[in-house]
Amino acid sequence: MPFVPHTDDDVRAMLASIGVPHIESLFDEIPQALREAPLTAVPPQLGEMDVMRLMQERAERDGRWLNFIGAGAYEHHIPAAVWQIVTRGEFYSAYTPYQAEASQGTLQVLYEYQSMMASLTGLDAANASLYDGASALAEAILMAVRLHKSSRRVLIPATVHPTYVKVTRTIVSSQDIELIELPYCTEQGVVLPESLQQAGAKPFAALVVAQPNFFGALEQVHALTDWTHAHSALVVGVVNPVALALLAPPGRWGKRGADIAVGEGQPLGVPLANGGPYFGFLACKQAHVRQMPGRIAGRTVDLDGRPGFTLTLQAREQHIRRSKATSNICTNQGLAVTAATIHVALLGAQGLRRVAQACRANLQALLDRLEREAGARRRFAAPAFHEAVIAPGAPAARILERMREQRVLGGLAVGGDYPELDDGILVCATETKTPGDLDRYVAAFIAARGAG
Amino acid sequence: MTVPADLKYAESHEWARLEADGTVSVGITDHAQDRLGDLVFVEAPKVGQTVAKGKECGVVESVKAAADLYAPVSGEVVAVNQELAGNPEKINQDAYAAWMFRVRPSNPAELNALLDAGGYQKVVAADQH
Repeated sequence: MPFVPHTDDDVRAMLASIGVPHIESLFDEIPQALREAPLTAVPPQLGEMDVMRLMQERAERDGRWLNFIGAGAYEHHIPAAVWQIVTRGEFYSAYTPYQAEASQGTLQVLYEYQSMMASLTGLDAANASLYDGASALAEAILMAVRLHKSSRRVLIPATVHPTYVKVTRTIVSSQDIELIELPYCTEQGVVLPESLQQAGAKPFAALVVAQPNFFGALEQVHALTDWTHAHSALVVGVVNPVALALLAPPGRWGKRGADIAVGEGQPLGVPLANGGPYFGFLACKQAHVRQMPGRIAGRTVDLDGRPGFTLTLQAREQHIRRSKATSNICTNQGLAVTAATIHVALLGAQGLRRVAQACRANLQALLDRLEREAGARRRFAAPAFHEAVIAPGAPAARILERMREQRVLGGLAVGGDYPELDDGILVCATETKTPGDLDRYVAAFIAARGAG
Repeated sequence: MTVPADLKYAESHEWARLEADGTVSVGITDHAQDRLGDLVFVEAPKVGQTVAKGKECGVVESVKAAADLYAPVSGEVVAVNQELAGNPEKINQDAYAAWMFRVRPSNPAELNALLDAGGYQKVVAADQH
């Protein structure tokens, strides 16, 4: 559907046709007291040339960094073709797909995206995306509580991303849902199934399992899933989509598979972009589909029996079901998931696996070198994917500050959210890192620590 | 719209039929299925569940709406029509044959408080606009 702008002549002709003197007259019903005053705090407009120069100056101030920070947003190589294709007008400026007859292209992309996420997670169905990983977890918890029907208690390990937990608390706080934090094993860096005796004593609706968890460590997903199902509760997996190329997907956790899987889709073709926009994915078992929030694109046939796509299960959305809807979300991250779908289509299953393997190899290489050359050990023993917590043996903030002076972002200090890990640095190495980059990291780390 | 004379009705468009064994079958009326359009899903109460007269006990979903089901009488749910799980269109085809659930009423007098066919026809007439 093309965008059709109005010229001044068009506007005059339309006003004349309806007998209205000017556009402002159409707002006559709004009392003067409620009308917008001029925006005096906004500076005057700049021309394109001046804006370009301003942005260049700002960008130069950013500098160039060698980035080893993960913690929920990951630097991956995005093939140039991805955003070339995404910025095509048909994708870039497509409107929301409520009119199926005008949105077949958009709906088909959403359907392909959903198929891709269902396949990656090993589950039956996926929605057309949510805002981000954190709010996707909140939605999954609301969904699990609706499905469970009797308990409103949800168990969340301390190894789940702290920001996700804070966001979830905010979103579920007015809905009478109790979030119970589970402790982790300080030696392994994961939740030990043996430690869950007390947690399972009272009924609960769901257990959240992060894989990999915030520390980059791999949880015992099969044991945790079976334990949860034995307690008649649901399993909500929070997963990294790149890691799914190497790990058992949520649909194959335990004997029956996780019930719902969510996560942050940013690693699939979405740039770091100063924190967003990203997208959250949510997939689930077929039996739970009617409680799945968000948009869902479905494949069907039209009146003449020809295949086509449309939004489906809309009766559960808030514009129809209102306060009893599955969620208040009535949108999805269309551009981001278009990029993700093209990105994964270009990489293919094998390409994604190679990326994941390179990530894992780079992290191992870095950790080995840090231990051998700098005596900095890993804080936890459990296997890791592409990030891990190291114990530098000196205050994290100081080390990271000195590494920054050498233009290396050495990782995230985790002591703020985990006081028991007060010198811990969460370091991430993706496929983007070369041996030379690892050299730079190790040298900067040693210099930062050695400077006394 | 058909409004069988031998049934009782709630203003919320459910019908109720007293069976020979004292249980009450419940469904939605022809008028209701017509307004809802093609039905795609029925979320009926579970066997063993206690329902209360006038309170929500389930949901019927069509392509364009999801409407709450209200129990016309109070009691314990003793049966649920499994046929509707896979074939909700049966409700559109014959609303009065497509019973959704059966209740053992805890207070049989509640049946008398429901509308008869004439009363319900007035409700339908008011609903047409």
